[in-house]
Amino acid sequence: MTSFEPKITPELVAEHGLKPDEYERILKLIGREPSFTELGIFSAMWNEHCSYKSSRLHLKGLPTKAPWVIQGPGENAGVIDIGDGQAAVFKMESHNHPSYIEPHQGAATGVGGILRDVFTMGARPIAALNALRFGDPKHPRTRHLVSGVVSGVGSYGNSFGVPTVGGLVGFHTRYDGNPLVNAMAVGLADADKIFYAKATGVGLPVVYLGSKTGRDGIHGATMASAEFGEGAEEKRPTVQVGDPFAEKLLLEACLEIMEAGCVVAIQDMGAAGLTCSAVEMGAKGDLGIELDLDNVPCRETGMSAYEMMLSESQERMLMVIAPGKEEQAEAIFRKWGLDFAIVGHTTDDLRFVVKHKGEIKADLPIKELGDEAPLYDRPWVETPKQQRIDPAALEISATIPGALERLIGSPDFASKRWIWEQYDYLILNNTAQRPGGDAAVVRVLDGPKALAMSCDVTPRYCEADPFEGGKQAVAEVWRNITAVGARPLALTDNLNFGNPEKPEIMGQLVGCLRGIGAAALALDFPVVSGNVSLYNETNGRGILPTPTIGGVGVLDDIDTMATLAFKAGGEVIFVVGETTGWLGQSAFLAEILDREEGAPPPVDLELERKNGDFVRALIDARLVTAVHDVSDGGLLVALAEMAMASGIGANLLAPEGINPHAYWFGEDQARYVITVASGEKAQVLRQAEIAGVTLSKIGATAGDRLNIPGERPIVIDALRERHEAWLPIYMGAGMM
Amino acid sequence: MKSAVLVFPGSNREGDAARALTMITGSKPAMVWHAETALPAGTDLVVLPGGFSYGDYLRCGAIAGRAAIMDAVREHAARGGLVLGICNGFQILCESGLLPGVLVRNARLRFICREALLKVERNDTPFTRRYAKGAVVRFPVAHGEGNYTADVETLKRLEGEGRVVFRYVSPGGQRDDTQVLNGAANSIGGIVSEKLNVLGLMPHPENHVDPVVGPTDGRALFESIAGALERA
Repeated sequence: MTSFEPKITPELVAEHGLKPDEYERILKLIGREPSFTELGIFSAMWNEHCSYKSSRLHLKGLPTKAPWVIQGPGENAGVIDIGDGQAAVFKMESHNHPSYIEPHQGAATGVGGILRDVFTMGARPIAALNALRFGDPKHPRTRHLVSGVVSGVGSYGNSFGVPTVGGLVGFHTRYDGNPLVNAMAVGLADADKIFYAKATGVGLPVVYLGSKTGRDGIHGATMASAEFGEGAEEKRPTVQVGDPFAEKLLLEACLEIMEAGCVVAIQDMGAAGLTCSAVEMGAKGDLGIELDLDNVPCRETGMSAYEMMLSESQERMLMVIAPGKEEQAEAIFRKWGLDFAIVGHTTDDLRFVVKHKGEIKADLPIKELGDEAPLYDRPWVETPKQQRIDPAALEISATIPGALERLIGSPDFASKRWIWEQYDYLILNNTAQRPGGDAAVVRVLDGPKALAMSCDVTPRYCEADPFEGGKQAVAEVWRNITAVGARPLALTDNLNFGNPEKPEIMGQLVGCLRGIGAAALALDFPVVSGNVSLYNETNGRGILPTPTIGGVGVLDDIDTMATLAFKAGGEVIFVVGETTGWLGQSAFLAEILDREEGAPPPVDLELERKNGDFVRALIDARLVTAVHDVSDGGLLVALAEMAMASGIGANLLAPEGINPHAYWFGEDQARYVITVASGEKAQVLRQAEIAGVTLSKIGATAGDRLNIPGERPIVIDALRERHEAWLPIYMGAGMM
Repeated sequence: MKSAVLVFPGSNREGDAARALTMITGSKPAMVWHAETALPAGTDLVVLPGGFSYGDYLRCGAIAGRAAIMDAVREHAARGGLVLGICNGFQILCESGLLPGVLVRNARLRFICREALLKVERNDTPFTRRYAKGAVVRFPVAHGEGNYTADVETLKRLEGEGRVVFRYVSPGGQRDDTQVLNGAANSIGGIVSEKLNVLGLMPHPENHVDPVVGPTDGRALFESIAGALERA
């Protein structure tokens, strides 16, 4: 190995994010000092982002199986059977650290990465969603981050040509130095034509496809596995640069050579680039891989083996090509103007060998690179339980209409139109529910089947009680999908937490995972893919624990789809489920009383299932005219959203025997608001009795105001104006 | 009728255009790759679809306007054949010299996806026969560079010759140049060539043809084309 490479010193090892005991492990594993390139490879494979070394132990507890699951976690994306020989392929992944350093490119390449994960499996992306969390709107950097992240998400998805149909945006001071960008993609494939990373066959060509390799993104995954301190901006060179045009070509070319039967195994070059993709293909297939870097298409001259192995240049793929198909595959790639190079071959010796300019730069055991990564059972402490809030003990001066108006115009509840109008949500002509509903609904080809998808989590709940918060995130996504009439099938989890070396943070991760697991099991809603993002801390302060859940469900006939807008006056409004007035950790408490405290609402999973199945059956039987799940903000916010979507108001009944603020703004779970035409009322009541579901009449649709006895009327047009005003004004104020 | 949809690297609404044509005219269009030098024999209508041709990293449509297939499109137009350019297709038509003017970045410098209201200024073109003159229709826009601009002389000529076919209007149906969503001169959403056989427009009629997705105001545009070709 050459002499001009840096000498391996403890400092160099530390710079690679490897702890002294981890380096000892390397020495023991290979029986000698690693070369510079090998050190780079280990740092790429053993960082938190790629190895899941802090979370792996606890991820094992998640339910991942169901008769409809074709592929669970461990591949590029999860795959579920949606009937008729079709499969949905989906995953969510974070791009938090890069998006803070360079919001536009960080977010853009987050979208690019998740789209690639989906089409690597042979699926054409049909929808994208995203969950974004920003700091306090008053923080000087927040506006810049919103603007950059949104333009980045939009620029990539719009150019690539996938509709961005849904998502969520929230603000909290705990994300000030660490915004979250979680991108989800959903693709459609034939259930019997799924492609995997596992290589088979010895001596087969390993082919490099797509864009050229440059010096961008080197150590991106390592950067994403550390906390930020002062000077994070200096890490900008570790952020990759996205080229959605190249990705669109890569998509078309990949699907074309898959169709032509050329592909044995395929892996996209995402985090840790060439290193991670080659090792995974070999290790999964129990094969060795030998790479000759002289053939790697490079954007710049003089790139070293180290740089090529660690580059995170985007829009690249690695494949094992079927014997005799090289020419056909190459012709397809040339047609699309993309690079195609044979950069190595599979071997039978289970070694990962990297050659460059006639020298062996790395020679490592391929299985151990992945399998022998450190695994930590990190110490953790349970989050202390909080007391239930007693509404009677609260001093509330806001009137009910006043509180609603403030809530609906607050950063978390205000309309996100300014954001989603920068995303093309219509392309492909299948978007049946646009942003703004409970779940996005996208028709599958010419129908009548459709997919419903949603992503959600309430970080306040997770911080107060990780177990209940984890359950709630899963239950809410399940409920959102149910509220449009679809059957929830499976979920992807994107676990965003602080530094796992702190026992209290580790306790949040463990607690949330247990909650997610319990809910996924009880609701038959298995986890099929996911991503873990730790070290979301700046200057020692962690984000709120944010396990974002993305779910997918199937709607057999799009004609039965429910929407949340009131449909006509004179219809009965019911709430499904029990309202006890749970104010702990509610939006009302946080926004109106400026108190984030108390125990969050408990989630009764049996009740969730019973109430959800009841609502879905009503939708299926066309007995309801509008459906909305009740989530943060409570009953009155749900009703206001149904009114604003339609311009139709309601005469509401006064609650009895319960604190009115707690009644209207409490966040009890397992609830839905439904409207029923008067002719169907008796039938719906009968169904509820048979199902044993609590169904309470709370009013009737009428006029253009929300009327609550004893309160001033709430004018819907004025409410909508408040709802739409906040974000454009906030963003406009930052521009010339 | 025989239609052809051009496919440039980076086109992304070619499928939507083909689907709308198939659904409404009953015949499937040919998909023609940018590197081809001829259109399929007997082509009646050429559609330049939306997207980001060649990534649109240069001026939008600048490279596509000079693609191999465009000579054949210019010949087709010169013979009086119908050409429809939607969004990126409109940008390409301007760059290829088939229509005057240029599309620059939206006035607010942001991509915008929204339903827009447009007034059908004339219904004596092959593209608008099935609309009432003066009708206000709802088409979605999805563009970052839909701000139509031309020199004063050109604008005067376009207006004088009545070549503005679609114009953005307010909900009341009134033109309001101060409130155009993308800043387009004279609220221009779409224009035709002198011989009325080449239409370029920024909004997407092909995305409003299916009640599952939204309004269906775009259907009449494709019905108009089919009708015009039937009669020809």
